[in-house]
Amino acid sequence: MNIHEYQAKEIFRRFGIPTLPGRVATTAEEAQAVANDLPASPVTVLKAQIHAGGRGKGRFKEHPDLGGVKVLAERSLVGSTADLMLSSTLVTKQTGPEGKVVHQVYVEAGCAIAKEFYAAVTLDRRAQAPAIMVSPEGGMDIEEVAEKTPELIFTEVVDPRYGLHGFQARRLAKALGLRGKPLKAAADLLVKLVRCFLESDASLVEVNPLVLTEEDEVLALDAKIGLDDNGLPRHPDLAAYRDPNEMTSEEQKAKEHDLSYISLSGNVGCMVNGAGLAMATMDMIKHCGGEPANFLDVGGGATEERITAAFQIIVSDPDVKAILVNVFGGILLCDKLAAGIVSACRSLDLKVPLVVRLEGTNVEEGRRILEESGLEIQFAPSLKEAAERVVAAAGGAA
Amino acid sequence: MSVLIDKNTRLLLQGAGRAGQLHAKNSRAYCDTQLVGAVHPGKGGQTILGDVPVFDTVAEAVEAVAPTASMIFVPALGAADAIMEAVAADIPLVACITEGIPALDMARVVRFMEGRRTRLIGPNCPGIITPGEIKMGIMPGYIHRKGSVGIVSRSGTLTYEAVWQVTNAGLGQSTCIGIGGDPINGTNFVDCLELFRQDEQTKAVIMIGEIGGSAEEEAAAYIKETEYPKPVVSFIAGQTAPKGKRMGHAGAIIAGGKGTAAAKMAALRDAGVAVVEKPSDMAETLLRVLEERGIQA
Repeated sequence: MNIHEYQAKEIFRRFGIPTLPGRVATTAEEAQAVANDLPASPVTVLKAQIHAGGRGKGRFKEHPDLGGVKVLAERSLVGSTADLMLSSTLVTKQTGPEGKVVHQVYVEAGCAIAKEFYAAVTLDRRAQAPAIMVSPEGGMDIEEVAEKTPELIFTEVVDPRYGLHGFQARRLAKALGLRGKPLKAAADLLVKLVRCFLESDASLVEVNPLVLTEEDEVLALDAKIGLDDNGLPRHPDLAAYRDPNEMTSEEQKAKEHDLSYISLSGNVGCMVNGAGLAMATMDMIKHCGGEPANFLDVGGGATEERITAAFQIIVSDPDVKAILVNVFGGILLCDKLAAGIVSACRSLDLKVPLVVRLEGTNVEEGRRILEESGLEIQFAPSLKEAAERVVAAAGGAA
Repeated sequence: MSVLIDKNTRLLLQGAGRAGQLHAKNSRAYCDTQLVGAVHPGKGGQTILGDVPVFDTVAEAVEAVAPTASMIFVPALGAADAIMEAVAADIPLVACITEGIPALDMARVVRFMEGRRTRLIGPNCPGIITPGEIKMGIMPGYIHRKGSVGIVSRSGTLTYEAVWQVTNAGLGQSTCIGIGGDPINGTNFVDCLELFRQDEQTKAVIMIGEIGGSAEEEAAAYIKETEYPKPVVSFIAGQTAPKGKRMGHAGAIIAGGKGTAAAKMAALRDAGVAVVEKPSDMAETLLRVLEERGIQA
C-alpha cells in the first residue's frame, strides 16, 4: 500500500527523522491558514498529494503552466495557488496520461538548500534482506542514475535483527561527501530511516531529495513510503492511512473481497486461481490473438460471495466481450467454485459468452454442477482450447 | 529415488486449523504418506483425523513421533515463528504453505536459519509431492503420475498445469517442488536444479518462473556454468504483464525495468534451456527435446 507524502512525514517525525515544518490542507482557505501559522522561512512550498512520483515536473491538465510542486516567495499566494491545484488533475510520468485528481495539498516552510542527495531503503531480494542505498545525485530520477552512473550509488545490506549499524551509516554519509557535523547528522538520519522501514513493515522508504541546508542541517525534504500489505494487519495505525481516492471503484471492491485485480486494456475478462496461472492465462490469450481485459486471481478460499464479486468486477468493464474462467483447484475446491459461478451468473444475468476450464480437486462434482445448471457455458478441456475459444467468442483481437 | 521426500518420510502438520486438517487428510489419503503428528498450541493431548496425536510444541512432537518433515499451515502473522520452531527442533525439511507472511519476517527467518540443518521450501507455495509415494502440500493428487520429470515452480496452480500436461503426454514426475511466489523464500531454482541433477530417477526438468526478481537469471547462469546434464524446459509467466503492477504474488513485479519475462527467457535460452512461449506447450516441447537428445523418460 502506498501512502501520501504528508503521511510519510508524520511517520518520519515519530522516528525522529528531521523534516521541515508543514501541514496538509484540503481547501484553499485551510492552505492559507496553515501557511500563515508556519514559522518564517525563505520560501513556502505547496505540494500536491497524489500517489505518484515526478510531481515537480508534472503538469495540471487544467493549468498547463503549473506543476505539482510550487515554490512561492510570497506566502500570501499559498491560498490562490492551492485553489488551482485542488480538484485539478495532475499528470506526471508515473500517473499515466489520465493523471490523478488532487484532493489534498501539503504546505511546507521551505529552506535554503546547499546540496541534494538521494536515500532509499528497500528489500534486496538477492541478499534476502533490506538494503539502504544513497547517492550524491539527489533530486534526479534514480533509475536513470543507476543506469548511467551506477558508481554513484552506494549500498549497505541491513541485518534485519540489528538495523543499520552506525559504522555502515557513517560509511554512507562519507560516500555522500559529507564531513564534520553534517556527516554525523546524516548518519543518524540514515539509521532512523532504516528503523522506520523495519518497524513499519515497509516495502520502500525513499527520500528524494535528502538535503543539506545552508545552515548545515540534514533533513528529508521529500518522503515516500510503501507498506508491505502483508504487514498491515499488525499496524492498524498505518492501515488507516489508506486513501480510497487513490483506488478505482473496481480496485476497492476487489480489495474488500480479498481478490487480486488489475485492470488492463483488452476485451477478454479473466478469472483465474493463482497468480502464476493467471499470468500464464493472460499470456495464452495474447498468443491466441486476443487481449486480456484484466488480471484477476480469486485465490485459494473462493466463496460464492467472492466469485460473485469477481464477476461483478469483470463485467463492470464495458470493454469485456467474453469471460474465461480458468481454475486448477488445489486449495480451491472445484465444486465450491462451480456453485459460485452458477449463483453469480444467475444474479448478474450475464450477457457475454463464458468459457470455463476446470481441473483439480473435486473436479467431477464441479463439472456436474455447471452442466446441470442449464447456463450457457462453453467447456474447454485444456488451457489452449480455453484461450482459443474465449478469443473467438470475444471477436478475435481487441 | 526422488528428491526431498519419499515413502519413508514421517510428516508433521503445523497448524491444525480447518485448512491444515483438510489438507493433512488429503495428504494422508495419498499413497504411502505417513502423517505422524500435528502441532497446534493449546490442542496438545488431543487427536485429529481419528488417530493423529496433537502436540503443543514441535519439540514435544519430535520427542514422541520423530517427524522428518513438517508442513506449515499456521496463519500469516504466526507462520515465521512456526518455521523457526521447526528449525530450532532440527526438522530436516519444512514446507510452509502459508501465504501473506510479511517480507521482513522472512528476512529474519533466513538469518535465523543460518548454520542450521533445515531446508525450507516456500513460503506461499503448494508444497512438494513425490508421485506414488507421498504428498506434502495442497496439490490435487490425482493429476500426478510416478515418472522421471522433475518440476520446480514459483507458482502453485501453474505447477498443476505443467504436471497435468506431463501426465497427459504419457510421462510422469519424479518430484514436484513449489518454491513459492514471495520475494524471500527458503529454496530457489538453483537448489532444486542441483537436487534434480543428483537424482537418478529424474531424467529431465521443467522449470516454471515468473516476472520479478532474478531467480531465473541465476538459474540460467548455473545451468550454463555447470553444463547442466539434463534437459530443462522452461516457461516464464507474465510476458504480457505491465510494468510496475504487482501481479498477485508479492514477488511478481517488473520494477525499474528489471525482472521482465523477455530478459529471463533470453537468459535461459542462452543457457541452452528449451524456453516455451505458450504455457500450453510445456509437455509437447519436453517430448520433442527428449526425442532430440535420445532420452527415454
